[in-house]
Amino acid sequence: MNPETVIDAVSAVFMVVGALMSLGAAIGLLRFPDLMSRMHAATKPQVLGLFLLLAALGLQMRTWWVWPVLVVAWLFQLLTVPVSAHMVGRAGYRTKHLHPELLSADELEAVVQQAARTHEADVPESSHDQGTQ
Amino acid sequence: MMQIVLTVTAVVLSLAAAGAIVRIARGPSLLDRVLAADVLLAIFGAALCIDMAANRHLNNLMLLVAISLIGFVGSVTFARFVADRRESVRES
Repeated sequence: MNPETVIDAVSAVFMVVGALMSLGAAIGLLRFPDLMSRMHAATKPQVLGLFLLLAALGLQMRTWWVWPVLVVAWLFQLLTVPVSAHMVGRAGYRTKHLHPELLSADELEAVVQQAARTHEADVPESSHDQGTQ
Repeated sequence: MMQIVLTVTAVVLSLAAAGAIVRIARGPSLLDRVLAADVLLAIFGAALCIDMAANRHLNNLMLLVAISLIGFVGSVTFARFVADRRESVRES
């Protein structure tokens, strides 16, 4: 069993598993009930799927200089994906796109209510609208 | 062996892209659609990776780095837009 065959087999497994991560994300997007659980499913191809496919690419090319570029691509993905996830989750919480009965703990609720109270004190003419919500 | 892997991954990624597009079309809110578009971009990057690995070229490598660099701008902008719109509706 020569090393070429082993490297080919490992990268083939990585490619198939990385593609299955995308399929898992799509199934999660279709099946999960609200935005927060869909966000959980959406991170699979963005981090682990991309890692597996970049590793498969590096194994297939069999050159050393390509690995730093792949590491840079993965590191930038690791840095930018939490930013967008944070913003989407923040907007989703504040526009009530979640099922509160599915949460086991909600540590953000007190903070958001206090911010709403501060906003109410700052803008007295809109306090009637906020009181009815 | 590489031909089999290419066929399997093509089928899997096509199904995944179809699922993400269905969620973009059906998604009850704008944020669901933004999230599904993010997943669609990740699937596109996966397809680029598999094409490069299977055919042993590096033509799309810089495109992949660019996607991972600036792919988050769209969803951040949409998230800000959603929050601002709700706020102005409440105050009017």
